[in-house]
Amino acid sequence: MAYKFDAKARYARSHEWVRVEGDVAVVGVSDYAQHLLSDIVYVELPEVGDTLTKGESMGTVESVKAAEDAYAPVSGEVIEVNTELEDNPEWVNEDPYNKAWLIKVTLSDESELADLMDATTYEAYVQEEEEKGGH
Amino acid sequence: MDYIPNTDADRDEMLKVVGVKSVDDLFADVPEKLRFPKLDLPPALTEMEMLQELQALGDENDDLNHIACFLGAGAYNHFVPKVVDSIISRGEFYTAYTPYQPEISQGTLQAHFEYQSMIAALTGMEVSNVSHYDGATAVAEAVIQALQVGRGKRLKVVLSPTLNPQYREVVHTYIQGMGVTTVGEDAPLGDLDALASLAEKDVACVIVQNPDFLGRLYTRGEMQALADKVHAAGALFVVSVDPVSLGLFTPPGHYGADVACGEGQPLGNTLSFGGPYVGFYAMKLDDVRKSAGRIVGETVDVDGKRGYVLTLSTREQHIRRDKASSNICSNQALNALAAAIHMAAMGKHGLRKAAELSYHKAHYAAALIDKLEGYAVKSDGLFFKEFIIQCPQPVAEINQRLLDEWGILGGYDLGSDYPELDGHMLICVTEMNNRAEIEALAEALAGMSAIATEDLEGQDESNDVEEVA
Repeated sequence: MAYKFDAKARYARSHEWVRVEGDVAVVGVSDYAQHLLSDIVYVELPEVGDTLTKGESMGTVESVKAAEDAYAPVSGEVIEVNTELEDNPEWVNEDPYNKAWLIKVTLSDESELADLMDATTYEAYVQEEEEKGGH
Repeated sequence: MDYIPNTDADRDEMLKVVGVKSVDDLFADVPEKLRFPKLDLPPALTEMEMLQELQALGDENDDLNHIACFLGAGAYNHFVPKVVDSIISRGEFYTAYTPYQPEISQGTLQAHFEYQSMIAALTGMEVSNVSHYDGATAVAEAVIQALQVGRGKRLKVVLSPTLNPQYREVVHTYIQGMGVTTVGEDAPLGDLDALASLAEKDVACVIVQNPDFLGRLYTRGEMQALADKVHAAGALFVVSVDPVSLGLFTPPGHYGADVACGEGQPLGNTLSFGGPYVGFYAMKLDDVRKSAGRIVGETVDVDGKRGYVLTLSTREQHIRRDKASSNICSNQALNALAAAIHMAAMGKHGLRKAAELSYHKAHYAAALIDKLEGYAVKSDGLFFKEFIIQCPQPVAEINQRLLDEWGILGGYDLGSDYPELDGHMLICVTEMNNRAEIEALAEALAGMSAIATEDLEGQDESNDVEEVA
């Protein structure tokens, strides 16, 4: 199965991506993650002003099959959430790297980005997961 | 009950299939001495004798076909058209098991959809779910929804002291161990301003009942004013409401409720010794994903034909699982169906008529009782079908005598839930109470007041005699 990857983003093992745009880090879930979940019906996001800690749950992505936590790939303060997903959860399936960004945060520790995978490494990781999981 | 014949040939065939020679062989694993223990039973009765015996036992019950009922307090004796029983008894619907898997039939889904549509219309809300167990659990689910909306940052719940005491108990049970606190139950009875003042930044929801447990009806203006204050604090406004009252009075959706819920029994469900009942639950569309239960939607199939589907299925059970906020994924399918048939059969005008009759009869009864010596109607505000009377005798004694001497089921003894209302009775009058019953109640109460006075005088005299002796 061919999945899409955003070369400009960095990825967490729990399948979230981060893309630094100026002073802001944009966060979403990967194309592989939305494929695993299938049709997304609801996205529960944190509130503006919430403080996120890397690795902790920042929300829930619910599909017709399952509800999965989305984990914060980086620490920081939430400055914007994609409220349009309330009415358009299917964007996560259609365009996970652009229209379906979940939140924007100001990073509290930029060095955390180094712990994340680049697109090539993540692609290999997904390949491995696929072979292991038989999805 | 169906009679299913079981002939010798049927039995032989079944024995052959399971591979034994006789029915006795099926019990071979039971030690022989235990197979036929001696039972100390009276001689067997014939079918005719047995029916007579059971009839005689059954006749000792008092039921509402034979006694007049003035008891409400959460469960109500309203008219149920015969068509309700006739339709829910159909084989396609009649099951004690709530169908809730994805293969649920289109007929059941459509019935649920109709129920939701009518509940939403009746309460003036945007969307209704397929129901909860009863009024108490529906209110408790509203608390859970409000806590979800509050994202764990709002951990306080304001409960009106005139929300049904049993509902309040269920709410307390639900929130055990969740770090949630409740306030408001010690506020002055009927004081909405006092409740409004408790709506602070850490409050998830404010829950009131209208008409409240003591029968008092709050106006649209009073409720809207409370709703505005609750919303200003960022909390949800939850209203538990008597669905029958909505035939006549403003629905919660028109005065700012975020959740309108309550006991659906008065719609098409008989009292039935206390259950099973049905909790209705209607809300604003925004918060649907934070609610429990399930919702049926209307859609079209691949051929463009109308069909029904579990739009919000039992997500707690098979989607959210460990992330579920409530473990309620069932509903009261048959009772909800009864409510739907009831609403359809009564129609807008029928529901209004039932409410009007209840209102007028209750006010007639209140006027009669208020004139009696020793009694006083203590409902100071507006009321719908229930009102408080102050009694000259302990309520339990009055009720016992009403039942024994007059065949009347008296009102609810308020002293047990509200110590300050000891000696007060909550009387309920519905369209089912005819004029003769209401006048008999007044006559019976009047008689007890007089006897009470005589008793007192008698006692004084005997005391005098003792003193002399």
